[in-house]
Amino acid sequence: MSETIRESLVPEIPLITVEAGKTEHHYWKDIWRYRELFYFLAWRDILVRYKQTTIGIIWAVLRPLMTMAVFTLVFGKVAKLPSEGVPYALLVFTGLLPWHFFASAFTEAANSLIENEKMITKVYFPRLIIPTSAVIASIPELVISGALLLALMLLYGVMPDWRIVTLPFFAAMAFTAAVGAGVWLAALNVRYRDFRYVVPFMVQAGLYISPVGFSSHLFPDGWRLLFYLNPITGVIDGFRWALLSGQLDLYAPGLLLSGFVTAMLVVVGIYHFRKTEKTFADVI
Amino acid sequence: MIQFENVSKKYVIDHRPQQKYLSLRDVLAEGGRRLVQTFKAGAVQSQSRPEEFWALRDINLEVKLGERLGIIGRNGAGKSTLLKTLSRITEPSLGKIRIWGRVASLLEVGTGFHPELTGRENIYLNGAIQGMVRAEIERKFDEIVAFAEVEQFLDTPVKRYSSGMYVRLAFAVAAHLDPEILVIDEVLAVGDIQFQKKCLAKMDNVAAEGRTILLVSHNMATILSLANRCILLTSGRIVSDGKPMEVVSEYQNTYQDESFGQTDLTKVERYGTGDARFLSIHLQARGQDGARLPFPETGCDLEFEITLEAREQISSVTTALIVYDELGNRLIDANTLLKGQSVSLLAKERKTIRFLLKNVRLKRDLYTVGLWLGILNVADIDGIRYATTFKMEAVREDILYAAPFPGVYACEFSCQVLEAV
Repeated sequence: MSETIRESLVPEIPLITVEAGKTEHHYWKDIWRYRELFYFLAWRDILVRYKQTTIGIIWAVLRPLMTMAVFTLVFGKVAKLPSEGVPYALLVFTGLLPWHFFASAFTEAANSLIENEKMITKVYFPRLIIPTSAVIASIPELVISGALLLALMLLYGVMPDWRIVTLPFFAAMAFTAAVGAGVWLAALNVRYRDFRYVVPFMVQAGLYISPVGFSSHLFPDGWRLLFYLNPITGVIDGFRWALLSGQLDLYAPGLLLSGFVTAMLVVVGIYHFRKTEKTFADVI
Repeated sequence: MIQFENVSKKYVIDHRPQQKYLSLRDVLAEGGRRLVQTFKAGAVQSQSRPEEFWALRDINLEVKLGERLGIIGRNGAGKSTLLKTLSRITEPSLGKIRIWGRVASLLEVGTGFHPELTGRENIYLNGAIQGMVRAEIERKFDEIVAFAEVEQFLDTPVKRYSSGMYVRLAFAVAAHLDPEILVIDEVLAVGDIQFQKKCLAKMDNVAAEGRTILLVSHNMATILSLANRCILLTSGRIVSDGKPMEVVSEYQNTYQDESFGQTDLTKVERYGTGDARFLSIHLQARGQDGARLPFPETGCDLEFEITLEAREQISSVTTALIVYDELGNRLIDANTLLKGQSVSLLAKERKTIRFLLKNVRLKRDLYTVGLWLGILNVADIDGIRYATTFKMEAVREDILYAAPFPGVYACEFSCQVLEAV
């Protein structure tokens, strides 16, 4: 037994070489090796989140329902905004679904590194896993809300058509945007703690510039494209198009712009994260 | 196997007062100030320039398969930084480290444990953090649980665990990783003796299988019983490398010059309610005539002065002082109860207790001292397993023989060779 271990222990080349100032080339290989950690950290976050509340998972149902009720009341009944031929509650819920996912995933991801400070200073693993898992941990809530939406559609007698198969694409876009923005802000948060206060503000402002409580047709014509710099605007349009049988058309230039911004976010976010990652344990 | 090649690690210490984290405001303010300064010709350089600090300097070290390397040194000597660069938590500023094998670290009790999660859940989580895949954890799950002795508490959140159970679980997970290199930073100080022995046995196994252990401890007894090689770090450099006994003695000699016998107990590993705490322990060796001796030697008197402070009022409790050998065997147990005495303290009150151990006939070796305050079989108020260590020197006649005879106790004796009748 011990002989075989001895032999297997002495490969010609070292398994790991740590060299000052060189980005390790085994980083992505390490991410693959630690792939199950994505799942485990997300699982931990979900377990802890619901263990600390008394009604647990019911919150996941209650929260979007209550928001939907308020938005429907304010935008549909009080402000009497146009509903584009679908029940206003559905218009709100289809927007709320991706927005709520993005907002909570982004917030959790941005705070994830400081919350796991102990782990970062004591154990090595690719740090990128921490904020990404925080985003993954928000997926179950998205799925629950999605089921809720389907029930609501059934109630209103609105059936989705073939377009629903494109839904995963838009969900993936929301996920990518949350990872990109979350990873970036998480890294900034380690160095500059002010970002703890910036994040809630960004989320709040984001809600106003995203067409959650109303249709994106309400954006002023000459300015419409500008609103798609916010990647979630494109995602919300996509969700509505996919779920409400194309009642609301897709604004192609807008969607492309949102997609481009999403891609940029993830590239810049990960680039900045990787650049600062090595100093996390020293400055956190 | 591990190779350190000219490894150095630099930290930049910011001397600006009261500032733990950078904030955006400060960065902006600093930027503004610099801007102003560039316009002011001949402006004096900012006074608050950060200072560089080398936590590690030119470390060259090769640790072979099956070696158990002890790392000792005073606080801030770079022990933990060395382990952190090895386990890739922080990057060296200069140099290169080559590692053949998987590194598992046991850096602090239950790192990555979440208090809300159960023992079972934490085993999976901790395993994954240390790089195990699920199938691997499942395969070793029963073994880990049996080793940690937490069967009945598997589904209890670990926040309800005692500190002993916590360490046992943490150690069990790390020890079952089957790492080629196991890194341990000051962790065995907690947990009971029984479990410590079990850990030692497990580590012996690990080393016998050709794996490597790196161990940091302030406790010389732990180093002596675990390591088969030892390095001494001073200000980030390796100043001594060799057999544990030699390096430990060297360390003790240099250390004792600075503060002989006095040990601050406010920051050591402890257990108990904390209603009162030991503050310090002071050791003075005295000869049979009461004269002070420069160091303890076989047959001298050992005078311990222990200072303690109460947080709450306590009455009629017992204080005990226990001397252990390097394997953790209890050799001497001195306590107030045996002498019909007890300790009572008002809240915030301080008292000093003096124990005089007479004619201590321990052989030349290293011994550790533990302290305990409490009510026998009822409550632990404050307990410290490793309060201090002392090294017993041999008296002159024993030194005549080059090799010391094994054993811990040197009884006074005489002998006669009798003629045959």
